[in-house]
Amino acid sequence: MLKRNGRLMLAGALLVSSAVQAQGVAADGQQVAMQGDGSGAPCMACHGMDGAGNNAAGFPRLAGLDAAYIAKQIRDYNAGTRVSGVMQPNVDNLTEQQILDVSAYYAAQPVPKAQTGGDAELLALGEKLAKRGDWDNYIPACESCHGPDNQGVGASFPGLAGQHGNYIKQQLNAWRSGARHNDPNQLMTGVAERLSEQQIEAVAAYLGSRQAVAAEGGQ
Amino acid sequence: MTRNLMILMAAATLSAPVMASEPKVPINLPAPKEGQYVHQAPTIDDLMADESIKPQLREVILKGYDMFMNTQQYRGKYVFNDMSCKTCHMGEGRMNGSGPVWPAVTTLPDFRGKNKHVNSVEERIAGCFAYSMNGTPPAYGSDDMLAMVAYHQWLAKGAEVYETNIAGRGFRHLGNKIPDDVSYDKGQAVYEANCAICHGDDGAGQKKDGQVVFPPLWGDGAYNWGAGMTRIFTAASFIKNNMPLSKPGSLTDNEAWNVAWYINSQERPQDPRYTGDARDTREQFIGFHKHTRYGTEVNGKVLGQHNNTGEKPFLKPANLKPRTFE
Repeated sequence: MLKRNGRLMLAGALLVSSAVQAQGVAADGQQVAMQGDGSGAPCMACHGMDGAGNNAAGFPRLAGLDAAYIAKQIRDYNAGTRVSGVMQPNVDNLTEQQILDVSAYYAAQPVPKAQTGGDAELLALGEKLAKRGDWDNYIPACESCHGPDNQGVGASFPGLAGQHGNYIKQQLNAWRSGARHNDPNQLMTGVAERLSEQQIEAVAAYLGSRQAVAAEGGQ
Repeated sequence: MTRNLMILMAAATLSAPVMASEPKVPINLPAPKEGQYVHQAPTIDDLMADESIKPQLREVILKGYDMFMNTQQYRGKYVFNDMSCKTCHMGEGRMNGSGPVWPAVTTLPDFRGKNKHVNSVEERIAGCFAYSMNGTPPAYGSDDMLAMVAYHQWLAKGAEVYETNIAGRGFRHLGNKIPDDVSYDKGQAVYEANCAICHGDDGAGQKKDGQVVFPPLWGDGAYNWGAGMTRIFTAASFIKNNMPLSKPGSLTDNEAWNVAWYINSQERPQDPRYTGDARDTREQFIGFHKHTRYGTEVNGKVLGQHNNTGEKPFLKPANLKPRTFE
């Protein structure tokens, strides 16, 4: 019995140490961002070397997002739980280490200044949804999972503040259509499908206007 | 025959878009039972638009709302764990099925079995602070207590006074009979599959920048052993109707019972009514504790047999006392 426990402990220790080793190296990730997976466009082509993305084109900001969250999204494109004709062919040849590296690289980029301004009434409606929700339609506040000021919580609940509005809108529609279904326990699907078109506009505009703060590991 | 087939095909074509718009995450909440009283509590927006409310009163109601939503601002004063009013009374305390708080002002003063005397609204609110928030309530008659009561009363606007057959009141729609086949292991499996992503494997919840995002379910940051939520049936109904957040009604009744059993088989701060012995305290308050696992042996240990009051530097708030009217 003792021997068995000892072996279990040893196995546990090995697991822990390999988990520690499986860390992204931001410097190596820079290479990946520039070169891509060797069979498609490099990350920088759309997300920029600074990870700022592009609102007009709906390319998300990656700078300052949680590294583990970014890595999971890349894996999910390859697994088909997040469908994008643009992303999937560009990441399907990345190794696990490259995924970790490029995620670490973008997580470490300084977050850009938010684009403020917009329709005051729309922003006010968005703020209400983000901070208070719309409980009569069973929509909890975004903050109740994405954290204070929607700056994100860990690897499962990404920062939304300062994410591009067009991207947020596009993703909410992807949850609704089922093109994106990589949410743990379908926690996002129900919320997305209960939002009205106007609420989607409003919450995307509001969140896009907030200044992001980098997740842990970022700047 | 051909005609029938065509009708069938037409029906199939018609029903296709309907099928497509079926929600992927439907909300399966119980409808009010026949004869139950349904009240739709007003919102803060309604308050702002209601010109019959004097501005001074509106200000006090808004203070109560702020206390309700962000009770953690009183950490170390009234609250000594990670809970806020809104943690259990979801949807700003308005939602039927989520422990709506307005019935407190339409049904109290009334006799409550929990403390065996006629309780005021203030005393009811005090109970939440003493047990669920492991703290000490704002003083009766204080500005803070008045603000809390004012917010409760706002939510009750237009509701029937003395009506007790209220739809969506409290957390008990699954009844209070624990199914015979509940088990710790089954509950743990439900927990790990559905709850741990937010509340953590250790039940400690998650914070961001020191602010509570996902509340702890056990341990020092959670409700204490005197909280209504320690009753298996209360937790089961709460979970069934409200969890996982955004997916109310998605767990089966059986899953809700098992996970409530599992969560309430974990240690938490001491019941403020503790006599020094958990088995004895259980017997003294058996009307309450017959629904909890407090003072019983779980995994080789008697739950609640300890002097841990969490962050709170005392056991019992001074204003939790019996009332006799003699």
